[in-house]
Amino acid sequence: MNLKKLFGFGKADSKADEERSCKKCGGTFKYSALAENNMVCPECGTYMRMRAWERLGITVDENSFTELYGELQSRNIIDFPEYEEKLEKAKTASGLNEGVVCGIGMVEGHKCAVFVMDSSFMMGSMGTVVGEKITRLFEKATEENLPVIGFTTSGGARMQEGILSLMQMAKVSGAVKRHSDNGGLYITVLTDPTTGGVTASFAMLGDIIISEPKALVGFAGARVIEQTTGKKLPEGFQRAEFMLEHGFVDAIVERKNMKETLSKLLKIHRVGGAV
Amino acid sequence: MGNTEIKAYDRARAARGSQRPSAGGYMKLLIDDFIELHGDRRFGDDPAIFSGVGFLNGEPVTVVAMERGDTIEDRMRRKFGCPTPEGYRKALRLMKEAEKFHRPVLCFIGSSGAYPGIEAEERGQGEAIAENLYEMMTLKTPVISVVVGEGGSGGALALGVGNTVVMLENAIYSVISPEACATILWKDAAKAPEAAEALKFTAENLFEFGVIEKIISETNRTVDEIAAELKDYLTTQIAEKKKLSEKELLDERYNKFRKIGA
Repeated sequence: MNLKKLFGFGKADSKADEERSCKKCGGTFKYSALAENNMVCPECGTYMRMRAWERLGITVDENSFTELYGELQSRNIIDFPEYEEKLEKAKTASGLNEGVVCGIGMVEGHKCAVFVMDSSFMMGSMGTVVGEKITRLFEKATEENLPVIGFTTSGGARMQEGILSLMQMAKVSGAVKRHSDNGGLYITVLTDPTTGGVTASFAMLGDIIISEPKALVGFAGARVIEQTTGKKLPEGFQRAEFMLEHGFVDAIVERKNMKETLSKLLKIHRVGGAV
Repeated sequence: MGNTEIKAYDRARAARGSQRPSAGGYMKLLIDDFIELHGDRRFGDDPAIFSGVGFLNGEPVTVVAMERGDTIEDRMRRKFGCPTPEGYRKALRLMKEAEKFHRPVLCFIGSSGAYPGIEAEERGQGEAIAENLYEMMTLKTPVISVVVGEGGSGGALALGVGNTVVMLENAIYSVISPEACATILWKDAAKAPEAAEALKFTAENLFEFGVIEKIISETNRTVDEIAAELKDYLTTQIAEKKKLSEKELLDERYNKFRKIGA
């Protein structure tokens, strides 16, 4: 499989020879080798965090994706200290204008609205632009009767935009509700880590909620819980398997099977122009 | 409006002050013939949420309030008003009952936020909050939320999806506590006063941002005087919202949040 096909959009070729290490086992691999393996460590099987465009590359059909609202950029709307610098750094680190990529694409021939959050942009935190982009996508999907597939990864609401970030939780949830009331299908794919205000809003509102194995998924931070309760957290706390066991996740799906699973679900729901 | 020269962190102290009536305390000052209704019909009854039915100036209403408790034992039992998933699910159950009988809903907010606990996570704290945001947005009855003390993050917003959101002058409403913010940004909780200024969480700030519709003045007023103005304001608001068609009511609520950060 060539890299272009894997990650699409012509972005991967130039870095095929770059090396990356696995944070778990420390093994170093060529990007091309990791890409062939869906960014899963070939040595220890750890799921590396994927960038938004890499995720799109293994999810949507080749040349089928049209990005929307990509031009929207955050401003320092509440004049928060050092926020402009953080935004600049995040743009450089991620190559993105903001922490989510939205658009319309095909998944094995099914037309879908897709959003993919990217943790390399300020930990995927949700400010007004992230909230606005996802809201617009749901509104467009409602108008055009499209299903929505959303890949979440986020540290939660972005504190640098204060209360305006918090309000995005209600704004996006409202748009999800209208999409649902219109009969729309929404599939959430939880990826590592999905926490805070994103968990407490659109991540948990899917008709179907899928998680990648071992993804950290929760509301409150582990350290806060330990400090508040004085209790030691159990093994595997707030992992995908814990969420499944407690009834909050429909299925844990391996990355290599994700596209096929999504495609089947779209087909079963008879949405997106099933073929 | 009010005293703008008061430091943000002093507002946070005032909002959290134990001499200040709790959210449940204010609710009791406003509501006649209150009957408490317990439980989420799923798992349990969360005493951090004090809720039920009663009359506001003769108008039947459903009320949901965070209650931090009085004595130290009571506060421990109520987790200082920090709800667990059962609290949010109880709140939603009662809001749905209110919808069925076309009764307005009043929510009173005042605690540091959703309870961070092992069991709370096991029983879906995130899912419970998300469900409230989702369902409240299309609740077919007027919803008005009042922040009377500390409005702590997503745990406050889970009672905050109203057609109208009101704050008392010294209440705060923030995405994160100033202490946690200072710890994350500067690795120093002692810098909470700086974080408090930066977060812009006072009632004046939120009014300027268009996040809230009304500030109830507290300056040189007794609790009874504050409660009296709040009661008048809520009564007028309910009367206005009842004139709206169902579509107008829901569009108003949706657009209130839709325009924030658009």
